Amino acid sequence: MPKAFKPDLRWSDVTPRAAFLNRRQIFAAGAALAAGALAGPALAKIEAAPSKFSTEEAPDTFETITGYNNYYEFGTGKGDPAANAGSLTTDPWSVKVDGLVDRPGTYDLADLVKGQPLEERIYRFRCVEAWSMVIPWIGFELAGLLNTIGVQPSAKYVAFETLLRPEEMPGQTSGWIDWPYREGLRLDEAMNPLTILATGLYGDPMPKQNGAPIRLVVPWKYGFKSIKSIVRISLVAEMPQTTWNMLQPGEYGFYANVNPEVDHPRWSQASERRVGAGLFGGRVDTVKFNGYGDQVAGLYAGQDLAKDY
Amino acid sequence: MDRLNAWARRLPEAAVWALGAIPLALLVWGTLSNGLGPDPVKAIEHDLGLWALRFLLASLAITPLRWIGLNLIKHRRPLGMLSFSYAVLHLVAWLWLDMGLRFGQAAEDLVKRPYIIAGMLGLLALLPLALTSTRAAIRRMGRNWQRLHRLAYAALALAVLHFALLLKVWTGEVLIYIALAVLLLGLRLARNLRRRGQLAAQSPRVVS
Repeated sequence: MPKAFKPDLRWSDVTPRAAFLNRRQIFAAGAALAAGALAGPALAKIEAAPSKFSTEEAPDTFETITGYNNYYEFGTGKGDPAANAGSLTTDPWSVKVDGLVDRPGTYDLADLVKGQPLEERIYRFRCVEAWSMVIPWIGFELAGLLNTIGVQPSAKYVAFETLLRPEEMPGQTSGWIDWPYREGLRLDEAMNPLTILATGLYGDPMPKQNGAPIRLVVPWKYGFKSIKSIVRISLVAEMPQTTWNMLQPGEYGFYANVNPEVDHPRWSQASERRVGAGLFGGRVDTVKFNGYGDQVAGLYAGQDLAKDY
Repeated sequence: MDRLNAWARRLPEAAVWALGAIPLALLVWGTLSNGLGPDPVKAIEHDLGLWALRFLLASLAITPLRWIGLNLIKHRRPLGMLSFSYAVLHLVAWLWLDMGLRFGQAAEDLVKRPYIIAGMLGLLALLPLALTSTRAAIRRMGRNWQRLHRLAYAALALAVLHFALLLKVWTGEVLIYIALAVLLLGLRLARNLRRRGQLAAQSPRVVS
């Protein structure tokens, strides 16, 4: 390792995609005005309101967020989803809503999200593998959707399923995981305003490797809870089965709240590595509930989180 | 085969070292040119460990290859030393780049985490082998040298265990390395058992 190489710049110093696209639009607008024509934006950017829940921390670059993914449907390597997800058909896309709801049915995605207010939520994202990122999601609160479809009083949990389509998702031909990928939340977790369904990031529609066209984001839980490419949302009375818990029940619990005090049996959760921090970025201490304790710690009052990991 | 053996004999030791340095050079180049992807730390750490394992497998393939007539024994020492060197760099990458020199947490992991323990024991098993890899040591130690260097088998077993334990799921990659390790160790075991059987058959039975 050559000692001389130690850049002062970090990945987070790189101009975020949103900013440089904005700049491009300004240039483009100027040029268009000069030509006396009406300028349209270079890209159809998603309109999204800022949110009080966004962190002040600088988001990672678009390249980091879209080049380093765990999405085993497209392979187990971090670069596999970016390499293999291109073949996924995300339009048309329908989502089946079933179980203990007033308005069950199979909805076209556009109908399902119609009227839900889009916000930009810049969230910390902590993987169970002890790395983390900061990601500017665009999405809407899951609670809004649940209220639209009408949750019946007997429902206690929300269960989600990812698309099962092995011909477009090469990882699904391996038998290690009982596909489709499954996740779930307790109803109060699902109704928390931090919990969103995301349809974009950095002003763009959701990239395929990040879970297009619609994915869950639960920022106080380990990343594997934030299920991608959702095709089914079920309201149920019993705690649903979840993929990693089915694979290794001793290592991955249903709750999977970020918690530096409860180690993964095989590695420590006390600290994390910011993926975009560069070669000598080092580690930061992991914060309980990924720093969202003010909003969510109350959900778990009276629960032993070492037992309900 | 004779031509291959003659060619291998002529190949200088330095050439093996130079070839063995290529993966390191590629990593340095990748680091400088930002070519290691979004997470260069993991890429460097993983690659160094993988090359340590590959060179260990290569050094332990020398003896079985000799049984079928291919003599590369001259190159066993540089292969073993390359494995040790990459393993040391792997440890440095873990402590410095991955752990960010958090020695407290690293020390805790060293006593608590089976995959870290296995990796560290594997490296410790290689240490005396690296220290006794000189011709002088080989001469001085005689038969004991061979006995000591059977530690390489333990190092290989610990290395693949280390690899398997840190993954969330089984991957084709790790299964291939496990298969190669089982093959190399199994060949020795099979030959040993067969020889013992032959010896037992030759020696007269004592009937009382």
